Amino acid sequence: MTGALVLIAAVVVTAAVAAAMRWKNGRFTSVVDDDREVVTAEQIGAPLGERATMVQFSSAFCSPCRATRVLLADIADKVDGVVTVEIDAEEHLELVRELDIMRTPTVLVLDAAGVVTTRASGLPRRDQVLAALDAAVGSTR
Amino acid sequence: MSTPTQVDPRGLRVVAGITSAVLAVVLVVPSEPVRTALLTVQVVVFAIAVVAGLQKSPYAIFFARVVRPRIGRPAELEDSRPPRFAQAVGLAFATVALVLLLAGATTAALVATAFALVAALLNASVGFCLGCELYLVLRRLRPVNA
Repeated sequence: MTGALVLIAAVVVTAAVAAAMRWKNGRFTSVVDDDREVVTAEQIGAPLGERATMVQFSSAFCSPCRATRVLLADIADKVDGVVTVEIDAEEHLELVRELDIMRTPTVLVLDAAGVVTTRASGLPRRDQVLAALDAAVGSTR
Repeated sequence: MSTPTQVDPRGLRVVAGITSAVLAVVLVVPSEPVRTALLTVQVVVFAIAVVAGLQKSPYAIFFARVVRPRIGRPAELEDSRPPRFAQAVGLAFATVALVLLLAGATTAALVATAFALVAALLNASVGFCLGCELYLVLRRLRPVNA
């Protein structure tokens, strides 16, 4: 009897977590104005994009990282002045702690000055990334 | 692990599905010896996947011999390291459950089994790998030495 109840609870928890992940993955949340962090070219080991930079944190133990990398590379290829930089989270644990990265992939969108304008974890959709880039480019005008 | 092994993502879903079914039976079966035996089997299956590799798991062999010939080649392959790490997380929970069960703490054992079941169900139903998500969180806790 206890087993059946535990089974029902497990199924309910699974459904709740699945729904929460579907909602959260790829959802860009704006960083509050006075809490904005600046990421430098030095920290990510690559020059910043002219208009915006997408920084993807990845790790070996991450299945959606590859799909995210392919998507961001394609977008950087098509949008002028936008570059994408992939960072191995395990090799940059200092930066991971500083920026409070909890999951891979996490994508940060930096404006031209390297200010973190927005971030999302999980595999984003193309339109989500494009909207985030629009906002980042707009914020520097 | 110079070149990471590639695995069929559909195989991972099937393995997670069988794992879910086994763990669900572990929860509801009325007979205590059957419960213990099934949980032991699952612990061994997890251990094989962790130690020998995902493709050596009996469930993965079932997928390779019975399911894949019927559904054709996969569209893409996946790095085997994340799911293998997840199998290790599953092994940890299932082992704790088995130890509790043998110690007579049945309710606690069922709860530990339920954690493993939630992870397996998430993987089987929506392809979400909970164990993989834990990796960076655990890694962050350790001091920087690289």
